[in-house]
Amino acid sequence: MDIDLILRVYPHFLKAAILTIELSVLTAILGLVCGSLGAAARLSRFQALHFLGAAYVSLFRGTPALIQLFLLYFGGPQIGIQLDAFEAGVIGLGVNIGAYMTETIRGAIISVHKGQTEAARTLGMSSWQAMRYVILPQAFRLMVRPLGVNINALIKGTALVAAISVVELTYTAQRYIGSTYKPFEMFLLAGALYMVIIYITGRGISWLDRKVRIQ
Amino acid sequence: MGLDFSVVPGFFDVILQGVFWTIAITVSAAVLSFFGGIFFAVIALYAPRAISWPMKGFEWLFMGTPLLLQLFLIYFGLIQIGIDLPAFVAGFVGLGLHFAVYNSELIQTAILAVDKGQMEAARTLGLSRGQALRHIVIPQAVRDVIPPIGNNMIALLKDSALVSVIGVSELTLSAQLAIGRTYRPFEFYAVVAVCYYIINLGMEAVLRRLERRVQASR
Repeated sequence: MDIDLILRVYPHFLKAAILTIELSVLTAILGLVCGSLGAAARLSRFQALHFLGAAYVSLFRGTPALIQLFLLYFGGPQIGIQLDAFEAGVIGLGVNIGAYMTETIRGAIISVHKGQTEAARTLGMSSWQAMRYVILPQAFRLMVRPLGVNINALIKGTALVAAISVVELTYTAQRYIGSTYKPFEMFLLAGALYMVIIYITGRGISWLDRKVRIQ
Repeated sequence: MGLDFSVVPGFFDVILQGVFWTIAITVSAAVLSFFGGIFFAVIALYAPRAISWPMKGFEWLFMGTPLLLQLFLIYFGLIQIGIDLPAFVAGFVGLGLHFAVYNSELIQTAILAVDKGQMEAARTLGLSRGQALRHIVIPQAVRDVIPPIGNNMIALLKDSALVSVIGVSELTLSAQLAIGRTYRPFEFYAVVAVCYYIINLGMEAVLRRLERRVQASR
């Protein structure tokens, strides 16, 4: 183990880790937006919206995220979408994870007992009011933990943008593996940083989960 | 530059070859991840601490880091210690081990959930601990986790695209080959996405049949 080398290169890895965090945060926000819209579409009474939501989930979960990313970044210019690598990374990964989050959010909403809607409707609430005041607050409690699983996957998934040359952790590790021929040290360094990010995120999710639980 | 799909048929054989290798690496890595998962689970639960703790560290490291990073480690790491593996083998090992760790988590939980009486009965009948695990406990545990393991296999198919980065000439790399000659990324990535989607549907159908058969055997 070459400790000197690790001490020499770690500032570059820290900088890359910041970029990984930025990517993760932006991707998670976009994913949650897409996931909420997707779930709303999937649960909609309008056939067209329902179909659209189902198609979104099926297409984006049925093909590799890497291909989606390449299609957007390399194929985008052909259909008039010019994005830099970072933007393509956030949009590509965000829309991808959104498809998974759609299922998570939808799953939480439909696992709230049906009697809740019926009772709310009986009390004179509109179906929108029942959703807003009765179902969603309960569903939110149920979705924190599974969304945490999605976010965990998303953080590791940000490594994919290394393939379109965004200088995040995996790309940095790859570059230093190539120039130092010390793959094990570089892996440990990058791996440790990923695990710190994932650990802290996991603690945050657990905290949120405890906070929204019914006492 | 608009879209022109007329260049695609000329690369039909390249794409077909990519489909073949994608299926080959997915199936072989899936088999490795299945048996590797059982192996890791048994070690984590039953081996002495001197073996099971380093194993847990390894699992922890593999679950907390991206697959792409692990592929770089395996591919370049082995070259560094003098083992020049073909890219396919490196990709197979990387994908297989990565998912073996995830399968191991599932199988461990399932083994613990098998009724203790099963092990006791088998031991009473004169089976050794190893035999009881092998013939009585593990088959029941695995049966319980076929659906979630199936989900991991589907994830494995999609993650197999990553091995293109270390030079395995599967579907994603064949698209890149065709794009290198035609400069038409959108067309080829779209076609390849359709191929993945179809393989994915096929795999889901196979898994559903398998699940039904396992259900029926109860």
